[in-house]
Amino acid sequence: MKTLTQELQNEGMARRQFLRYAGTGAAVMAGVLTMASCSKDHAGTVVNDHVDLGSGDIAILNYAYALEQLEAAFYTQVAATPYSNQSAYEKALLTDIRDHEVAHREFFKAALAGNAIPGLTPDFSSINFSDRTSVLGAAKAFEDLGVSAYNGAGYLIKDVNYLALAGKIVSVEARHASLIRNLIAPGSFADSTVIDANGLDGAKSPQQVVPIANTYLTGKKILAPALGIF
Amino acid sequence: MNLFNVIDEIQQVDPEFKDRMSPRRDAIKNITSFGSKVAVAALPFAFSTLFKRAYGQTTSSVNDVLNFALTLEYLEAYFYNQGLAQANLIPAADKGYFTTVAGHENAHVAFLKSVLGSAAVASPTFDLTAKGTFSDVLTNYNTYLAVAETFEDTGVRAYKGQAGFLLGNQVVLTAALQIHAVEARHASAIRYLRASKGVNIKPWISGSATVSNDTGIAAVNASYAGENNTMQGGVDITTLNAVSGKTSFTAAIESFDEPLDKASVLAIVTPFIKA
Repeated sequence: MKTLTQELQNEGMARRQFLRYAGTGAAVMAGVLTMASCSKDHAGTVVNDHVDLGSGDIAILNYAYALEQLEAAFYTQVAATPYSNQSAYEKALLTDIRDHEVAHREFFKAALAGNAIPGLTPDFSSINFSDRTSVLGAAKAFEDLGVSAYNGAGYLIKDVNYLALAGKIVSVEARHASLIRNLIAPGSFADSTVIDANGLDGAKSPQQVVPIANTYLTGKKILAPALGIF
Repeated sequence: MNLFNVIDEIQQVDPEFKDRMSPRRDAIKNITSFGSKVAVAALPFAFSTLFKRAYGQTTSSVNDVLNFALTLEYLEAYFYNQGLAQANLIPAADKGYFTTVAGHENAHVAFLKSVLGSAAVASPTFDLTAKGTFSDVLTNYNTYLAVAETFEDTGVRAYKGQAGFLLGNQVVLTAALQIHAVEARHASAIRYLRASKGVNIKPWISGSATVSNDTGIAAVNASYAGENNTMQGGVDITTLNAVSGKTSFTAAIESFDEPLDKASVLAIVTPFIKA
């Protein structure tokens, strides 16, 4: 992996490369203009029990939509069947989180409109919803994963407005992660299991996250050939 | 018009610009989408406004973003280091929280300085009372917690506001997002601590149609300006389905954090800067 310094140095190199081509750039553009808008998106297509996230920003938004579907379904179950000995304070906090995740899910559904993947069917059979440790452990895993998924996919977003929206959501997920961790063990909101020596939170690529998300799905799994996920 | 400067500026807001323009790499479809935004005949003329139209923002270089972030991290690190150095400020039971947070802010300072190298700005000197607004910040734990909460929430907004300037930059944008999430974890934890002292506050920023600042401290209104926005990407979140009925105004506010631009953030932190 390139270091930050190397990346910054490469900027200068690439600029020179661009300037060499700048003279012919306009001609190239004129030649390809007629090819505009000939690509077609396959978001939502179901093939062999897999649903395609699509390509470009649509794929990233569908990727986020898939994760939010999982989180929303999880917290909806948590709120519907409270674990034993749940305090009123914990109940209020978990209900808030449910409402946030449902809002995120519905937002992506509305924003994606015709490009949205279908509703996914979660499989939470590995979670014991009557047990606090099991529920909060799963919540921690979902929230930490969600944060690292947004962090790792941010640079793939082409449209600055979509990046802004992802930014607005990821910090709320990080607030959730922090709270859930403090409920499990006070003070563990950002311990060294999630934050590295530079003080950086996790960042996972879609290729790393999708297989994990797929373990919580039954029926249709997700794939995204455009993101290198088959 | 200086074309080289324009290209420089475009690249600063869009580091992938060079890739889109490069015939070497995956170029055809990118150039196509780029080209369709401007009339080819008017291309040279359009360059000067291209980056404003396409990106909807004024320009800011990667180093500017990093130095802005570094300045905020200097302030946060100083604030927590000073707090931990006071003998009777932070209760023993809460020390672990602040040791963790201080460790991260110091790590952020070191990280950003290492990235910027000789381009790194020096640390200002600070007045944590903000010219007397928080006169007991280092002697009254409640004040200290309140200022900590504001610093963290503002830090989250500040990083969020800079993300667009790093669009497509795998290394720098990713690192900025990674710091951004850590600040959000801090904000949530400080709010959780405040709630444990009896303050009516949630780990997430709440509010109502008329209240954007949920901290109960009017002096920090500017840090929460616009946080009660419910319109996201052209979608009114309160019109979306909830588990029952429509999404409440409260949930719509809490589920999205809002960015803050550099000028607004600097106006907020300026009273804390001595020189």
